[in-house]
Amino acid sequence: MPATNVIIDAPPQFLRARYAAAGAVAGIAALTAASFWSLDLQWANFFSAGSARRMTKFLGELLVPSREAGFLAKLAVAGLETLAMSALGTLLAAIGGLALALPASRSYAADGSLARTPVRLVLNVLRSIPELVWAALLLISTGLGPFAGTLALAMHTTGVLGRLFAEAIENAPPAPSFALRVQGVPAGRVFLYATLPQVLPQILSYTLYRWENNIRAAAVLGVVGAGGLGQLLAFHMGLFHMKETSSVLIAMILLVSLVDFLSYLTRRMLTR
Amino acid sequence: MPTSSNSAGLRIELRGLAARHPAGRAAAAPALKPLTFAIAPGEQVAVIGPSGAGKTTLLQAIACALKPAEGSLLLDGEDPWSLPVARLQRLRGRLFLAPQTPPLPPRQRAITAVLAARLPSQSLWQSLRSLVYPSGISDAYAALAHFDLADKLWDRVDRLSGGERQRVALARALLAPASLWLVDEPLSALDPTRARLAIDTLTRAARERGATLVVTLHQVNVTARFPRIIGLRDGELAFDLPSAEVTRDRLARLYAQFEYELAGDCATAPETDPAEGPAPAVIVSTGR
Amino acid sequence: MNSATASSPALRDPASHKRIFWALAALVLLGPSLYATEFKPWVLLAPDNLKVTARFVGDFFPPKLTSEFLAMVAREAWRTFAIASAGIALALLFAMPFALASTAVLSVSSLPGRMHAFPFAVRQAVRLLLIVLRSIPELVWALVFVRVVGLGATAGVLAIALTYTGMLGKVYGDILESSDVHATASLLRNGAGRLQAFFYGLLPQNAGELTSYTVYRWECAIRSSAVLGFVGAGGLGQQMDMSMKMFNGSEVSTILIAFVLLVWLADHVSMQLRKVIA
Repeated sequence: MPATNVIIDAPPQFLRARYAAAGAVAGIAALTAASFWSLDLQWANFFSAGSARRMTKFLGELLVPSREAGFLAKLAVAGLETLAMSALGTLLAAIGGLALALPASRSYAADGSLARTPVRLVLNVLRSIPELVWAALLLISTGLGPFAGTLALAMHTTGVLGRLFAEAIENAPPAPSFALRVQGVPAGRVFLYATLPQVLPQILSYTLYRWENNIRAAAVLGVVGAGGLGQLLAFHMGLFHMKETSSVLIAMILLVSLVDFLSYLTRRMLTR
Repeated sequence: MPTSSNSAGLRIELRGLAARHPAGRAAAAPALKPLTFAIAPGEQVAVIGPSGAGKTTLLQAIACALKPAEGSLLLDGEDPWSLPVARLQRLRGRLFLAPQTPPLPPRQRAITAVLAARLPSQSLWQSLRSLVYPSGISDAYAALAHFDLADKLWDRVDRLSGGERQRVALARALLAPASLWLVDEPLSALDPTRARLAIDTLTRAARERGATLVVTLHQVNVTARFPRIIGLRDGELAFDLPSAEVTRDRLARLYAQFEYELAGDCATAPETDPAEGPAPAVIVSTGR
Repeated sequence: MNSATASSPALRDPASHKRIFWALAALVLLGPSLYATEFKPWVLLAPDNLKVTARFVGDFFPPKLTSEFLAMVAREAWRTFAIASAGIALALLFAMPFALASTAVLSVSSLPGRMHAFPFAVRQAVRLLLIVLRSIPELVWALVFVRVVGLGATAGVLAIALTYTGMLGKVYGDILESSDVHATASLLRNGAGRLQAFFYGLLPQNAGELTSYTVYRWECAIRSSAVLGFVGAGGLGQQMDMSMKMFNGSEVSTILIAFVLLVWLADHVSMQLRKVIA
């Protein structure tokens, strides 16, 4: 039997998907090009010899940290303040997020709670506003210091965790809560006895991940006056105290690594 | 030991009740065609039939988890769907439904899972306190001991075998403040010895409390313990008889084309209905 | 069956000791934390603070809607977006080579057995560089660049570019490492060059995940770029900072709304993009 040459055409849906993807990529490329062009970036400034020299001098000075005892003590205090800010802020957000996740989630297919949309809107607004912006706003009510930072982290992270928790609750297997609802158990107790035991591992995991993010955020919130390492950094950098700045930066990196490690350990411990 | 406000069981009446399968589309044909029968308070009924007969849908409809598509359900003479929400919730507290798959959160300990059945009769403070330190440990111990699981009291549900989980789910019935027990396929993961023990415990406990008991089963040899058997096929009532009158050929006709689903031997069923002719040539295979 | 009395060991909750221990440990940590962060919620209700807050928040309604202010806000919103996009574009450019250089999947020396010392050292060095880049918050980079190149968008673009190079590079490396390496290893074994193995093996396999993560990070970059404005890197953040310093509640309100809308838009577009491309 002679072999016939069959030209296999790509099926139309495949091509359409390809074109859509290509179109999207082209659109992105155009937007990116427009971004570069419209920003009027000072490349000349950046790449000039004088600028390069300043950068190198700057970076060179940053490589020599200060080791003066008095300053290191202040650094330690600021570091602990930052750590406490991140931990407390994350904890408050976990509680707040859980409290809001309940009304924001649809715990069974026919659940027609009216509160769902407004609560979801609140969560979206909370998480759309970055921590630094929250801090700047809250400073007006609390004055300078780490309290504003803690609250700022709590506000933003409540939005983030609230949405993650709500999704976890919606995705939990429905059988245990169904059995309790058939017995007429009120919704709050159904959650505590049937849903929460199932989503608790995810909740803890998400919270620990956010702590890793929040330690980075907490470290810099001080730049607008919310205490901790950030405040030290802004202070010394403003006065061009490069040695102190260098120590603060090293402390930041160490603190971030410490929290990353603690979070990893705790997550390992919980899943044993 | 658990207080039930009504020691008398619930009376059930179905009047032309038709219901759709919970996962079915609204326009689909009902899984249960209009059914009419009544169950007296404290009565014990076995519901049998092949897969797709609508046994689970029937239990869910009686448990007020499914709104009837047609007809009405009366529990103790009242239509639950016409009640105000608060009264319906209180009525629900008198029901207990054990679904086919044990509804136990995997990481929960057996004791909490069992004690959760008591929630309808506990106040908010009692339920919260029980989460921190379980209240009623000896009751949970006694309930699990009835099913030979006393040593698993503190074990996590996901560390138990399938059969053990099924028995934990059954033990919950002993603690629920319910006067109507609806149990869906309680023996599917149990070996014959354990299955007999479980069904004995259930029926004895229901009798002691005067609770109405409705159980769906495939294990036909066990149905002999029930004074009354309802047969469903394709959502319709095939028969509703005292168990002595359920003959082997009745069973054969009920399970026609589904013989492999019959579990346990039917040796205890009478050979033929004396009013009918000689037994048909169909051999009922005994699944094991 | 009732032989076990309430006080016998089988009927006491074995987990209660552990729970009490952890509860106490948490309290012990909580106290100093509350102290260190000056956690005094009643400060919010102090009469002076309350007055200022009330006036500031009161000014939020109505938000400032004059046409010239709105035009300025729209311009700054575009700038915020542009800074983020330019930064991500640069980050993508650098992250790819770094990711390729750090992943063991393209290692030729490890095909027969263990990786040789020098390639191993190079890979670890690149990994370390990526870790350093992503550990330093972009705000710090922005502070540095504002000193070097002056206030404005360039500092913001560079800050985002550097931090996100670290983030993208590390995650690209993780994605490539965790993918199914069989196809790529076969290509390498049969003599293909590393870049060829990448384009014919790794990239097609992981394009979906890589793009998805990049689009997600682009959305994050938009949020970052607004924040960087607070230290002088241009965009909505800088405007908000100026308005806040003047306690101008209605302006802050408009800018906040614009920012939330921008983020929401980015969120939606990013979801659509991920569906289309991946």
